[in-house]
Amino acid sequence: MSSTPRLVEVRRNALKQNDALARALRDRFHEAGVYVASMVSSPGAGKTTLLERTLAALRRQWRVAALVGDLATENDAERLARTEAPVRQIITGTVCHLDASMIERALEGWALDELDLLFVENVGNLVCPASYDLGEELRLVLLSVTEGEDKPLKYPTIFNTADVAVITKLDLAGAVEFDLTAVRENIQRARPGMRIIEVSAKTGEGMEAWLELLTSRLNPRVGQYARRDD
Amino acid sequence: MHELSIALSIIEGATEEARRHGCARVNAVRLKLGALSGVAKDALLFSYELACEGTALEGSRLVIEEIPVTAFCPRCEVERAIASIQRISCPVCGAPTPRVAQGREIELVALEIAA
Repeated sequence: MSSTPRLVEVRRNALKQNDALARALRDRFHEAGVYVASMVSSPGAGKTTLLERTLAALRRQWRVAALVGDLATENDAERLARTEAPVRQIITGTVCHLDASMIERALEGWALDELDLLFVENVGNLVCPASYDLGEELRLVLLSVTEGEDKPLKYPTIFNTADVAVITKLDLAGAVEFDLTAVRENIQRARPGMRIIEVSAKTGEGMEAWLELLTSRLNPRVGQYARRDD
Repeated sequence: MHELSIALSIIEGATEEARRHGCARVNAVRLKLGALSGVAKDALLFSYELACEGTALEGSRLVIEEIPVTAFCPRCEVERAIASIQRISCPVCGAPTPRVAQGREIELVALEIAA
């Protein structure tokens, strides 16, 4: 029996389904006029605290909401719900990342056109989320000063897929002798030209620039109509 | 480890393509894997074997071609191979190269079937 293999060319993205779904979501977000920003980081980098302060600050002027991914608990959603912004939890079980289908399911019944800004907080993980497009407009990668300056070089892929780096827990930088210059350099090595924001959600340092970064991307006309009266 | 999820997507895609092309038995699946894909080759090979069990692709091999990162150097005005994903810059002139041209692929390229 001849065993010369025959090749059938296929040429398709292995994550074709996810990417198609992410594109559809992106179109849906555009049509609804909602800006979607996702956040990735290692566990404990301060995603939820930053989000808490951000939702509370932006709620006065903008219609903001969040989807938060977690492996097991609903603690994050409960914390964020105290800001009174609409929050939904995505429990992934054992899955270490969010994918577009989870976002689509979590959005069921949500009137997207009543939102200006939607955050998607990914599962705490700097590896797995890198491969999955969620249909977001902006991907933020968070890095806390307690994690060390070389994180961008240890996880270059996730930094390379993100649009903006947010250095968190700035108030602890002195205590842990965090070298800001070194981390800035390392981020630029992994993702040349990347915008870097440095914040402390606790003291409020840098929060103005952070909020400005977000609101500058929102549709001002929509925002005006959306302005709340309280 | 998300390689199991990726392996399942590969198997799903390959099964669909095999059906579409009328291939009864797939011996191997050829894949291009970029250095910036976020997927670890060894973990993917291991996951693939596991995930194939009980599917139409059981017993098939996953053949991975690793794709290096290339990026456009704005100073040399040419596409260059990037030496390390920890330094996305031109290996010749050192300029930062934000425009990555290849290296993110997780691409099903071909199915090997019995002749």
